[in-house]
Formats: sequence, C-alpha cells, structure tokens
Amino acid sequence: MEKYLYIALFAPLVSSLFAALFTATPKKQFVGIIASLFIFTAFVSSSILLTHILNGGEVVHVEMMTWMATGDLYIPFGFVVDQVSVTMMMVVTLVSTIVHIYSIGYMDHDAGFNRFFSWLSAFVFSMMVLVMSDNFAGLFIGWEGVGLCSWGLIGFWFHKEIATWAANEAFIMNRVADLGMLIGIFLVYWNTGSLQYDIAFAAMPALETSTLTWIGIFLFIGAMGKSAQFPLHTWLADAMEGPTPVSALIHAATMVTAGVYLVIRSHELYDLIPNVGLSIASLGAFVAMFAASMALVNRDMKRIIAYSTLSQLGYMFVAAGLGAYWVALFHLMAHAFFKALLFLGAGNVMHAMHDELDPFKMGGLKKPMKWTFIMMTLASVALAGIYPFAGFFSKDLILEVAFVEHHYIIYTVLLLTAGLTAFYSFRLIALIFHGEERYKLFGIDPHEAYKYMLVGMSPLLLLAIIAGSFKISYFEMVTNLLPEIEYHIHHPITFWIMTIGTQLFVIAAIIFAYKKYANSNVKVPDGTSAMENSIGYKILKNQYYIPYAYEEYIVKPYRELSSLFWQQIDMKVVDATVDGIAGVIYSTGERTRDMQSGNLSTMLKWMVAGTVGLLSLAVVFGLAVRHSDEIFAILSGLGA
Amino acid sequence: MEIGLNHYLVLSTILFTIGLAGVMRRKNLLLLFFSTEILLNSVNIAFAAISHYYGDLTGQMFAFFVIAIAASEVAVGLGLLIVWFKRHGNIDLETMSSMRG
Repeated sequence: MEKYLYIALFAPLVSSLFAALFTATPKKQFVGIIASLFIFTAFVSSSILLTHILNGGEVVHVEMMTWMATGDLYIPFGFVVDQVSVTMMMVVTLVSTIVHIYSIGYMDHDAGFNRFFSWLSAFVFSMMVLVMSDNFAGLFIGWEGVGLCSWGLIGFWFHKEIATWAANEAFIMNRVADLGMLIGIFLVYWNTGSLQYDIAFAAMPALETSTLTWIGIFLFIGAMGKSAQFPLHTWLADAMEGPTPVSALIHAATMVTAGVYLVIRSHELYDLIPNVGLSIASLGAFVAMFAASMALVNRDMKRIIAYSTLSQLGYMFVAAGLGAYWVALFHLMAHAFFKALLFLGAGNVMHAMHDELDPFKMGGLKKPMKWTFIMMTLASVALAGIYPFAGFFSKDLILEVAFVEHHYIIYTVLLLTAGLTAFYSFRLIALIFHGEERYKLFGIDPHEAYKYMLVGMSPLLLLAIIAGSFKISYFEMVTNLLPEIEYHIHHPITFWIMTIGTQLFVIAAIIFAYKKYANSNVKVPDGTSAMENSIGYKILKNQYYIPYAYEEYIVKPYRELSSLFWQQIDMKVVDATVDGIAGVIYSTGERTRDMQSGNLSTMLKWMVAGTVGLLSLAVVFGLAVRHSDEIFAILSGLGA
Repeated sequence: MEIGLNHYLVLSTILFTIGLAGVMRRKNLLLLFFSTEILLNSVNIAFAAISHYYGDLTGQMFAFFVIAIAASEVAVGLGLLIVWFKRHGNIDLETMSSMRG
C-alpha cells in the first residue's frame, strides 16, 4: 500500500515539474493532457487506498525520511493514510482531476496555458502534503504551499492590477493567520515535546486546561485565515479575480476547507476544550449568516458563489465546534462536489458571456446553454439541501447536531441561513438562466462550452446528487478515528416536523427567488430603485463596509507609518550611516592614492616609514604591558 | 679592550642604518641591490654574535639560510636587471613605473 501512497503524493509533483518545463513556450495541448493524466493517476491511487481502508485495512503510515533531527527535536517526513486523510485525498484528487480536464478547455485561448497547469498541479501536491502529513510541521509546509500556489493562481493574470492586488491580499491575510498557527504549533511542541499527531495528542490530556485553550485558540486562528472566517474573510471574495477553475478547486473544494480539516484532525485537542469548540461553532454560525446576507445583493456571479462557500464553511465549523467532526467532514466532502460544480458551471457562463459577471446582464441562458443550466440548477438544489441531494444529508445533519446539542440560537441562525442560501442560489440561477434574454442588449452571442468540459464535469454532478447515499459507509469508516456520536432526534414527530419544516422553508425561499427574478420584469439595475437606495441594501452591497474599514483604518495608517519610517528612519539614519562609512572610505582612498605613484623609490620610503611606525607601536605596547600596573595606578589616581 | 657582544650589535645597527638609507636614497637598481645586501648582512652579524653569546647554534644556522636566500635573490634580481638594461639602456628606478598603481 505504501507504493500507492507515494504515487498519490508525488504524481502531482511530477506533473507540476513536467508542466514547468514548458512555461516559457507557447501553449501546448499535451501539457494539459499529461498533467491531467498524472492527477488522474493520483486519484486512482487514492481510490485504491480508500478501498483498502474501507475494507478495514491497516492505516498506512510511512516515514519517508528524516527531515530535522537536532537534540530532542525529531521531525520526519512522515505520511499517514487513515480514515480522515483518505477522505480528504479522495476529495482533493477527484476535484482536481476534473478541474484539470476542465481547464484544458477553459484556458484554451490563454497564453499562460502551460504555466497554469504547473501552478495547478503544484497546488494539488501541496494539498496532498497538507492532508497526508502525520505531523504538524508537514501540515504547515503543505499549508504554506497551498498559500503560495493560491497566490500564484489568484494573480495568474498578473497584468491585471486588481488580480495582483487580490493575490497579495490573500497572501498577506493568510500570513497574519499563519503567525497564529505557528504559535499554536510551537506551543504544541513546547508542551508535549513532539509534533507527531499521535504522540502530541496522547500527551494532551495531561496538560492544564489553560494551556490547551491557548493551543486551541492559536491553531484555530490559523484555520480562520485559510478558511476565510470573520474577520479574515475579505480575501476570499477578492480571490475570485483568479481563473474560474482555480476558484472551483482552491476557493471552494480544497484549500479553504483546510481549516476545517485542521480542526477535525485536532479533534482530540478540541474535545478537551469544549468552550473553545463552542466559540468556534458560534463564529461559524455567525459567518454562515453574515456571508449569506452579503450574497443576497451581490451582482457578481463568482462573488455570490464565493460568499456561499464562506457561508458553508461556517456550517462546517459549527459542526466541528460542536464535536460532530464526522458531520463536518461529511459536509466538507459533499460541499466540495456541488460547489466545484457550481463554479465550473459559472466558468462556462463566463466564457459564453465573454467574461461578463453581472447576472442581471444575462437572463434566458437556459436555451443556448442547456447542460450548464441543468448542472448548475442541480448543484444549487444540492446546495440548498433538498432531498435527496447531497446537501440534504450533510447540511440538515448540521442543523440536527445543533438541535440535539441544545444550541437553539445556533440552530435558528443556521435554519435562517439555509433559507437565505436557497434564496441567493436560486436568485443567481433565475437571473442567469430564466427570464428575458437581457444579454441581447449587450450584443453577446452565448455558446455552450466544449463537450469534453461538460463530460468532465459530469462526475461532480453525479456525486452532488448521490453523495448522500454514502453516509452510512462513510460513517462506519471515519468513526474508527473520529468520535462516534450519532445525532438522532429522539422524538420521531419532532424529527419529521423539523425535516419537513426545513424542506418547506427552503422550497419557499426558492419559489420566492424564482418569483422575484425569473420574470420578464427584471431590468439591469441602474441605482434608482427604492431597494437599491435603502440603507440595508447599501450595507450589504458594501460588504458591511468591512473592506472599506480595513482600507481606511489598517492599510492607510500602515502605509503612512511605513512611509514615515522610510523617509525618517531608513533614509536619514540607516542609509545615512552606511553612506557615511562608504564616504569616509572613498575619501581616504582619494587622498592616499598619491602614495601609489608607481615609483619604486617612493614606495620603498613608504615601506620603511611603515616598518618604523609598526616597530614603534610594538615598543610602545610592549612597554605599556610591562608597566601596566603603574599605568593603572596613575589612571585610578586621576579618577579619584 | 675586549670586543664584546655590544660592539657587534652596534656594528650591526650601523650597517643596518647605512643599508636602510641606501634603500631609501639610491636611484640605481644595482646600488639598491647593494643596499639590500648590506641590510641582510647586518642582520647576519647580529645573528652570529647573539648565537655565539648564548652558545646556541640556531642563530648561526639561520645566518646561513639568510646567505643562501640572499644569493638566490641576487641571482634572480641580477638576471632581471640585465634584461631590463638590454631593453631600456638604463637601470634607473625612476623609469620603472610602467605598472603605476
């Protein structure tokens, strides 16, 4: 089995290096195809490992080589395939295979085609390191690796200033959070003496609760950055400047879920500190609602989906925070499928509409883009959590968890958010695919995406529909590792009322969205309607003025401070000192160059002078050493 | 009056001073070599005298080394001097500044 582990881990790396060979050459179709094949190989290996684990096989644990060994510190490059990591591996390799295939079509006309595949495969490799590592150090390497690849891919079109800005924003915000994570890792090492998961977690019950609380908080700060939780959430929406396959892979299915993975992986820690868990859950519920509300009014197709991702990440954190780790992982998996599908569908629409992102300018696209319409609708149904699609099984389960654990406020927030989710998802669908064909006003002639792109997307569609049916076997598998808690509402009547009530509520939200946006009265908003001028709308439209506040109160003062330091301290103190030293040396050289006349006789005279000088110094110092006692006596006499 | 160590050292010092003055003042390369020889031999005298004074042969052996080195130095130096003279027709130090620093 080790063989498959190595193949799954290193095939993406090979793929990336292979594609990197061609980055300086014009587009070559085969680069994309071969990269996809490598990733597919990784997917096949992961599937073999999954079958192995599903059939009750041993956890595959290898130690490839020693990385750091100094004193008591011992960190190997160790990898583990257990029930949790194999689930993540499946999600990562499956979605990335599909995204690779899709990108061959999507990036068809892009000059950076080869470079794109190099970055994309490098991302998959980093993500595999992240999920497969058996210690915090390896996790951190993968964590930084995905951050780097995310930077490269958000800023892929680096000639657009806004793209580079978004890339830097994402990178810097993640660095802020990574500091927290790093402190958390240091604390783990400091207190348990090891970074290996098994050893570190085994040592944790013996520690003081306050220590554990700090470890939990700092690790979660790292998770907040990567998973874009409030208040570090602004980068995710801006990250939509990257190519759409990137959004599907990184900012929906895999990287942003790394934070959830971290919490799930550290479940033994968070089980010991339920208070921190409750805060995580509360924050998650808040973010779910908060992000969903921003998605309600946004007029950028990709940003709406990004906010929806943010909202769903909130759900996952609720589950993880309340101790329902397997539920969180299950929703992570189901969400990866339908959200990637939604993004890829949005990519098709973008291509058809010549990179137009405002759904108000579309409308009626269901005729020219039948398959994309079907896929996106089904993905939205799955996202809204309608029976029997994937979202029903995973998302409703989170609601049940909140209910069973008696956190009724969280439950209510999540229930309302479910309604909002359904509303904004179908607002998007209605605006894009139904109603008048408003795109004709802009002279666009939409066309369906390449057939192989649609075929490539179909596994995601299938999984978005049927992922719920894996629940039982999935539960049996992961509960070998994660706490085995089943969440059943004991009273059957309560259960049915809740389930049917939620379903009806969601369906009502969908119908409302259709009624409001799928008719022929929808116009491209011009900023004159009463709704657009209401305060609530403005607040939501400006994302609660948070990006504005960051710009005004953090970025600008920081820039002022930097320029102050640059002009006052760097230029006038540091640079001046260095320049001064250099100036002294220059002028000394300038003044003494006459000595180097080239005349042997003069030079001999200088040599003699130097010898005499050195000799006299030697004599003086020799005398000083011999008579040091007397000299000290005289000097101390002067002082007194 | 018996001749003692101090006399030798004074002689050595006088010779060294003459040599040093020669090195500094002379413009003729050949005379420069002379001066260098005087310098080296003044040191040799000091070596031999001190060696005798302490009854230790090391100093005298060192003097032999200095003589050997001085001989080889003069051999090389004179060779170069002759080549220089053939090329330029003089051995004036003032003209030897083609590699001015």
